[in-house]
Amino acid sequence: MWRRSASFVLDKHHNNKPISLTPSLDSPPPLSDSMAEVNPNPNPVSAYYQTRAKHHGIVTSDWLEQAQAAVVRYPDKDSPVAGRRPFSVIEEFDNWRQQPDLAEAVAAIRALAAVIRASEATTMMELEIELKKASDTLKSWDTTSISLTAGCDLFMRYVTRTSALEFEDFNAAKARVLGRAEKFGEISYKARKIIAVLSQDFIFDGCTILVHGFSRVVLEILKTAAQNKKLFRVLCTEGRPDKTGVLLAKELAKLDVPVKLLIDSAVAYSMDEVDMVIFGADGVVESGGVINMMGTYQIALVAHTMNKPVYVAAESYKFARLYPLDQKDLEPALRPVDFGVPVPPKVEVERSARDYTPPQYLTMLFTDLGVLTPSVVSDELIQLYL
Amino acid sequence: MESRRNPRAVVDPKVRQVGFFTSSQPDSTYQPDPIASESHPVVSSISPSGNSLSPVMIPPPRHNSSDTFPLRAAAAASAVSPSSFSYSTRRDFPDGSMTASPGRVSRASFSKPSSSLPGVGMDSMAAAKSSSVPASGLTTVSVVNMPPGLSEKESDQKKNSKPLKEKTTKAERRALQEAQRAAKAAAKAEGGKAPLVSSGSVASTNVKVTKPAKPSSQKNDVAAVAAGPSEKKGGQAEKDRKKDAPHPRMQYDDESRVVKAKRRAVVKQTEAKNRVELFRHLPQYEHGTQLPDLETKFFQLDPMHPAVYKVGLQYLSGDISGGNARCIAMLQAFQEVVKDYSTPSEKTLNRDMTAKISSYVSFLIECRPLSVSMGNAIRFVKNRIAKLPITLSESEAKAALQSDIERFINEKIVMADTVIVKHAVTKIRDGDVLLTYGSPTAVEMVLLHAHELKKKFRVLVVDSRPKLEGQLLLRRLIKRGINCTYTHINAVSYIMHEVTKVFLGASSVLSNGTVYSRVGTASVAMVASAFRVPVLVCCEAYKFHERVQLDSICSNELGDPNAISKVRGREDINYLDGLTNNANLQFLNLMYDATPSDYISMIITDYGMVPPTSVPVIVREYQKEHSLV
Repeated sequence: MWRRSASFVLDKHHNNKPISLTPSLDSPPPLSDSMAEVNPNPNPVSAYYQTRAKHHGIVTSDWLEQAQAAVVRYPDKDSPVAGRRPFSVIEEFDNWRQQPDLAEAVAAIRALAAVIRASEATTMMELEIELKKASDTLKSWDTTSISLTAGCDLFMRYVTRTSALEFEDFNAAKARVLGRAEKFGEISYKARKIIAVLSQDFIFDGCTILVHGFSRVVLEILKTAAQNKKLFRVLCTEGRPDKTGVLLAKELAKLDVPVKLLIDSAVAYSMDEVDMVIFGADGVVESGGVINMMGTYQIALVAHTMNKPVYVAAESYKFARLYPLDQKDLEPALRPVDFGVPVPPKVEVERSARDYTPPQYLTMLFTDLGVLTPSVVSDELIQLYL
Repeated sequence: MESRRNPRAVVDPKVRQVGFFTSSQPDSTYQPDPIASESHPVVSSISPSGNSLSPVMIPPPRHNSSDTFPLRAAAAASAVSPSSFSYSTRRDFPDGSMTASPGRVSRASFSKPSSSLPGVGMDSMAAAKSSSVPASGLTTVSVVNMPPGLSEKESDQKKNSKPLKEKTTKAERRALQEAQRAAKAAAKAEGGKAPLVSSGSVASTNVKVTKPAKPSSQKNDVAAVAAGPSEKKGGQAEKDRKKDAPHPRMQYDDESRVVKAKRRAVVKQTEAKNRVELFRHLPQYEHGTQLPDLETKFFQLDPMHPAVYKVGLQYLSGDISGGNARCIAMLQAFQEVVKDYSTPSEKTLNRDMTAKISSYVSFLIECRPLSVSMGNAIRFVKNRIAKLPITLSESEAKAALQSDIERFINEKIVMADTVIVKHAVTKIRDGDVLLTYGSPTAVEMVLLHAHELKKKFRVLVVDSRPKLEGQLLLRRLIKRGINCTYTHINAVSYIMHEVTKVFLGASSVLSNGTVYSRVGTASVAMVASAFRVPVLVCCEAYKFHERVQLDSICSNELGDPNAISKVRGREDINYLDGLTNNANLQFLNLMYDATPSDYISMIITDYGMVPPTSVPVIVREYQKEHSLV
């Protein structure tokens, strides 16, 4: 039973691959099928994780500045042909996305803002339709990326939720909408810095932090703490098969932070000496739980049992309208797992890239909206979507 | 709150004395709590002697028909109470017999909108305070009842009132009165007129909480003593009559108010004889007695609109049950009312219509206590009436009202259900085994829709006596070809291991995430949670309420006790025949229970799927929406 319907109504069912979906909906494929056959995703591997894998090697702040400058410089694209619309969105998005320090969702938001700017619609309705189409295209580009979907949706809600839409003068309304779009982009972009500042209070001198996965937000937090001359040490899980642990350790070593690498199985063993656990998030769901790299749930469970606080650092655009009831209630996101030795042919491999951690194991969420408890996520979403 | 049992005090096992026993409490100033007093502040027993102990010793006269009223048990000991009951008492009567008198204290006139008795609360307390015990060494401790449910009531004026009540056996009360009368005579001689007069206003207050019209002999004795206030009483009675409907969540253990309500009542209910002490604050009537009576009166009831009457009868007989159905029926009846309405001369439409609606609501309450959904709908209707601009002509106003009600039904119930179904079906996967309890309309729609979408699942319907509502659901599902299993609630832990999801309905969801639903729901949810099965509650947002309830006792509904004593169609196992009036046997047929939020995984509403912690947010947004609309 590999087909799972996501609780979030995704457009992919309509846009993308109706044919490949129907057989799987009608009858569950026999269990002996390997996962690759059933997965309707055109890429057998989640593009999101591919990109992240590429990015892991490069982290510099120069890119950051360049990206910022590029926003200002970016010329208005004049694409009169309607058929080129989706293309340009994806192109812009790709441009942004390649910058390693820019989160995917922020790239999408920037791309959508550019859509507004370049739009030739003459009425609000048209503009909204264009935006919706662009957003759907972006979302369908990688359906497994929660933050992308969430970011696009939040952008749409944020931008259209203004009384500017009632202005009679279209240009004024459009300018207003554009302003909001760019503001949202700015907020999302600065989110990491805000989170880093907010979380400084939680890192005290002499503490030991356990980190899992390579999250740029968490890296930002630790960087800021190091810059503030706090004395702490970090335990990194190896993060197989992505090798995130090694990369993170490399970065932290550059900051002169004492780092210790653990294999994933050694988490419970070392939990005694840990003071807190910090994760990033791929997405924060409506129940207050997080979806993150595979292994997060395990570590959260162990930490909860041993009464260690678990903090999640996530930007607010990652709040998604999903509500998984269990691990399998998510969109499957697969990635290749290399065991180092060839796997015998009849053996299956669990290739899911992420898991869901329920909210009762999380202590706090560090977001750009503040330091919140998990139950706040739903509040925010309700207010935004109401 | 811990309950300390007083080891010496147990005379009657039915009476449990719980709480903080103090020997004396010489409070001369008013203290909100706890104060030593034990019965409601019948003014007649106010003694000016300044003896600070137990103010009012005259207990309220008992209901005539019951000579076998069990002593009131203090409920605090029961697992109930995080709700703030603080009780207790210990008294030594002069004749040595003990009474248990923790009473449930209801607030005096906590919701009477009339301001005829402005300082009610304070005064009654003062009365309670100043009245004293005849020098018999009575020690009492106050009984303060602050059911959480009452917090939502208009707490403007009456908040501080804590009239006290107690229940004792007739013999004990008699003895008490004798003693008190003697003391009173003595005290009066000391020039106690002044305090009596000063507490004349109190008397008027107390009129509300006592039973001025009760013909019982004890009362007469008492009344005779309080000569001063009696004139006031008469005056007050008039005002009382003019008041609005009794508050929908009136506490029925306060007999004065019950009597007053009865006086105004259209439906003549007879109180059940044998009632469980713990639930004395809920109304319990003999079932089946009023229906024929009401039916004959159908064409004679002038003030009552026939549509409302019909709905009331349907409630009484149980034809309409279920939160949505009741609410829709009531709203449609109100639409009829509006249609047939014509403003009498010299009255404004707003006020008069509101008064009419209130009177209809009180009739409906008499037929069957309001559900939360109905309460919210009524509040909406009254809100709309109040917001009607004065400038509208009558026909325009009526049309506007009717369309508002129509819109409410459509948006909040019908469309909300479609949205809920849309969200919920995404959670149903092929191969699921879904458990449901009772017959919730929302869940039924979800299951039928999922079946239409060709999802492969099977349903487990859990049912319970005496209503056996699950059978209705079962019928409808089977007709559509859904694979079903049927079982009783006794077997729920047996079958839970094969269940993948539990879908429940709700009568209401409260602000702390507690789900208030058909009795048995909590058990099913708890078993599911023990088996780590996710529990999904489907509930429209208009059923959310801002009150908080911590247990199933402080607010509930009692059904027909005969329903549990008999099994229909099985006369051979009718072992309880003839025992229904036995003093040692009390039947308890609860209709609702409260499921704590820990057992709920998610709530599916028309606002989407939310965790139980987000209910207050929705309530807040909902109010905002309403105030703008």
